[in-house]
Amino acid sequence: MLKLEARPEASKLWGYASPVLALFLTVLVGVAIFMALGKDPVRGLQMFFWEPVKSAYALGELMVKATPLLVIALGLGVCYRSNVWNIGAEGQFVMGAVAAGGVALVADATTGRWIVVVIVLAGVLGGMAWAGLVALLRDRFNANEILVSLMLVYVADMVLSYLVYGPWKDPAGYNFPQSKTFESVTQIPRLMAGSRVSVGLLIAFAGVGLMWVYLFRTRAGFAQQVGGLAPAAARYAGFSSRKALWVALLVSGGAAGLAGALEVAGPIGQLTPYVPAGYGFAAIIVAYVGRLHPVGMVFSAVLMSMFYIGGELAQSRLGLPKSITGVFQGLLLFSLLACDTLVSYRLRWLSRRA
Amino acid sequence: MTTPLLSLQGITKRYPSVVANQDVSLTVLPGQAHAVLGENGAGKSTLMKIIYGAVKPDEGQVFFNGQAVHIRNPQEARKLGISMVFQHFSLFDTLTVAENVWLGLDKSLGLADVTGRIVAKASEYGLDLEPNRPVHTLSVGEMQRVEIIRALLTEPKLLILDEPTSVLTPQAVEKLFVVLHKLVSRGCSIVYISHKLNEIRALCSACTVLRGGQVTGVCDPREESNASLSRLMIGAEPPALALTPKTPGAVMLSVNQLQLATEDPFGVDLVSIALQVRSGEVVGLAGVSGNGQRELMWALSGEDTRADHAVIEVAGQPAGHSGPQARRQLGLHFVPEERLGRGAVPTLSLAHNLLLTRSEALATGGWIRMGMLAEQARSVIARFHVKAAGPGATARSLSGGNLQKFIVGREISAAPALLIVSQPTWGVDVGAAAQIRGEILALRDAGCAVLVVSEELEELFEISDRLHVMAKGRLSPSLPRAEATVALMGEWMSGLWPGNTVEATHAQA
Repeated sequence: MLKLEARPEASKLWGYASPVLALFLTVLVGVAIFMALGKDPVRGLQMFFWEPVKSAYALGELMVKATPLLVIALGLGVCYRSNVWNIGAEGQFVMGAVAAGGVALVADATTGRWIVVVIVLAGVLGGMAWAGLVALLRDRFNANEILVSLMLVYVADMVLSYLVYGPWKDPAGYNFPQSKTFESVTQIPRLMAGSRVSVGLLIAFAGVGLMWVYLFRTRAGFAQQVGGLAPAAARYAGFSSRKALWVALLVSGGAAGLAGALEVAGPIGQLTPYVPAGYGFAAIIVAYVGRLHPVGMVFSAVLMSMFYIGGELAQSRLGLPKSITGVFQGLLLFSLLACDTLVSYRLRWLSRRA
Repeated sequence: MTTPLLSLQGITKRYPSVVANQDVSLTVLPGQAHAVLGENGAGKSTLMKIIYGAVKPDEGQVFFNGQAVHIRNPQEARKLGISMVFQHFSLFDTLTVAENVWLGLDKSLGLADVTGRIVAKASEYGLDLEPNRPVHTLSVGEMQRVEIIRALLTEPKLLILDEPTSVLTPQAVEKLFVVLHKLVSRGCSIVYISHKLNEIRALCSACTVLRGGQVTGVCDPREESNASLSRLMIGAEPPALALTPKTPGAVMLSVNQLQLATEDPFGVDLVSIALQVRSGEVVGLAGVSGNGQRELMWALSGEDTRADHAVIEVAGQPAGHSGPQARRQLGLHFVPEERLGRGAVPTLSLAHNLLLTRSEALATGGWIRMGMLAEQARSVIARFHVKAAGPGATARSLSGGNLQKFIVGREISAAPALLIVSQPTWGVDVGAAAQIRGEILALRDAGCAVLVVSEELEELFEISDRLHVMAKGRLSPSLPRAEATVALMGEWMSGLWPGNTVEATHAQA
C-alpha cells in the first residue's frame, strides 16, 4: 500500500526547482504523445520551444500573448494569496473588453489620442464591476466565490454575444457577428514598428514591480496575505476579512479587465465573439507555476505563451488538433502539482499487514 | 515476585529532529497505579502511544504478562486488554452518549445492548451518566466519564489516562479518583500521566519520572517531597515568585453587565458579566474551559464587536464596537490561547509576526522597514530568551513554549496599559512558565492592568491579586486571593457562588 507521509522539512531548493522539473516532465510526456501520434518528436518540440523564440518577430508575438497572461496572473496572485478563489478572470477579461470596446466605438477619426486612456480605464472598471458582483454576493449572502465567479464567465460571454449579434453589430459587416473595426486613434500605442508588442508589456512589467512592493513591503499587502494564511490570526490582529475579500476581487478583476482592454484595443481591434481566448483560465496556471510570485509569473507567462503559439503551429504545420495547447497546459499544471506534493510529502511503501 | 503486567525495556523512539524516548524502561505491576511524571515534551505521550500501538518504537521491547508482544495498532492493544483515555476527547457532539460509546465498540452489539451495559458499568463504578443525552449538553467532566465508560466496557487490564484532570474542577477530580481507586482495588492497573504532584501522590504507588526523553528516576511518590520530585522532573526547583502588595490605580478595563449570545451553536452565552481591572493589579479568571471564557475573550479583544459600545470600556473609553486595532490604540494588548494560527501565522517569520500587533517598524503609508523589523524581532527574542534560529525563523518551527514566550514578549514589549492573557502557560514547560509568570508580575509592578484567564488554579493563586470564577457564561464576584481556597473555587466553578440565580444542577460536576 502506498502512503503519503509529510516530510519533516520541505527542501527549499526543490521549492524553486519544482517548476523546472515539472516543465521537464511535461516535455517528456509531450515527446511520448508526439511519438504515439506518429509525429516526429523533435519537430513537435521545435514548434513549442524553438519557433516562438527564433526571430525578433516571433519573440514579439510571444510577448503579445504573454502580456495579457501576465497582467491577469498578477491580479490572481494577490487574490489567491488572500485565500479568495476567483477562477472567473476570463469573465472579467471579457467584461473589461466589452467596456473598453464600448468606449472605443464612440471614438471617431477626429477624437484625440487621450481616448486610449479612457479605454484602458473603462476596461479596468468593467473587470472590477464584474468581480465586484462576486464580492458583493459573497459578502452579503456568503455565496461561494468559486462557483459565482466561474458562472459569471458564461454570463459575460452571453453579454458579449448579445452586443455583437445585436446593438453593436457592424451595419456594414455583411451580418457577421462583430462590431465595426475601431478607429486607429483607439489603438494602444505600439512599442516599435514591425511588431505588435504594445505599451501593454510595459504596463505588465510595472505591475510586476507594484505587486512585489505591495505584497512584500507594505503593511496593507501583509494584512491581505495574513487573511489567506491564517484567518484567525487576521481577526486577532484586526485585519478586516471583508476588506481583504473586496481588495482581492477588485484587484484581480481590474487586472483582468485591463488585459481585456489591451487586447481589444490592441491586437484584435474590434469586438467579436472570439475575444475570450482562454487567457483568464490559462492565467490561473501561470499564477501557480509562477509560485504566486510576481517575478516567477513573468517566466511562467512566457512559458504559457509558448504553449499557445506552439499549439497553433502544431495545428497548421503538423496537422495536430487544436486541443494540443490545452493538453500541454494541463500536463504542466498536473506535473507541477505532483512535484509540489512530493516536495512536502514523500511516498512510503507500507506492507499489507500494517 | 509477581510477573509485571506491563514491562517496557530499552525503548527508543527517534523523530527526525528529536529523540522522544531514549532507552526508557517502565514496569507496571498488576493492580498498581503507576504515575508517569514529566514536563511537556519529556516524552510521556510518545511512550503512551507506543504502549497503545499508535507509534512503533525504533528499539526496545514490550512485554505484556511476561510475553514479548509487538503491538501494531490500537485494536491489538485493546485485544490485549489495554485501554486509553486521551486528554482530548473524541466524541461527536450531536450524538448521544450511548451512540458515541457504540461507535467505539465492535459492531456485534446492538444499541440497546450497549445502553444496558453503560447503565450497568456506570452503577458499578458510581459514575452517574444518562446514556440518552446528546454529548453537547454534557459538561466536560461528564464527557470524560463517557470516555472512561467506553474504555471500561472493553474490560481492560491496563488503563492509560493522559492528563485526565486538566479540564476538571477540583470536585470532579475527587469523583474521578474514587472511580480510579475502585478500579485499582479490582486488580486493574493504571498508568497515570500527569505533571501535578499532589494528584500523583493521592493515587499512585509507583512513579517513573521522565526528562528529555530519558528516565531520571523511579520512586514511590508517597515517600518523596514536592522538591525532590520536581528536581527529578525539571532538574531544579522552580523559583518562587514574590507578589508584593500594591494599591491598584485607575480602572483600565470595565465591563458593565455584558450580555452576548454566542455565535457558535455549541458555544456559551455570556450573561451579565461585570468586571473591572485596575492598573497595577492582576485579576485572575478561573474556571473549567468551555464556560464562556473563549466568548468573553473574543468580546474583550475586539475580535467580536457585537457587544453594546458602552458596555466595555478600555482606559475609560467606550470600546464595545471597536476592533482589535482601535483597542490596541487605547493600550489593550491581548495574548490568545491558540498560538499557531491565531497568535501567530505559522508559515511567516517571527519578524513578520510582529506586524500582527506592532507597528513601530512601519514608515508612513505602511511601508515596512525590513531592517528595523528584524532588529525589533531580535530584541524580543533576546529579552524573552526565545530559542529560535533568528528573526527569519518561521513561527511553526518553534516549540510551543518558545512561541508562547515570543508572543507574550511581543505584547509585553509593547508596554501595554492593559494586558489580557489567556492560558499564559498552557503546554509550556516549567522553566518557561515561571519566566512568563515573572514577566506578568513585573508588568503589574510597572503599573499595567492585567487580566489572566487560566485553567490552572495554582497558577492563578501564584500571580493574582483578585480572582473571579466563570461558570455557564456567568462571572462570580471577585475574591481577594487571601480568601480564595481550592475548595471554595471548586464550588464556584460549579456555579455555586452566593447570589447566583441559575440552578447549579446542570453546572460542571
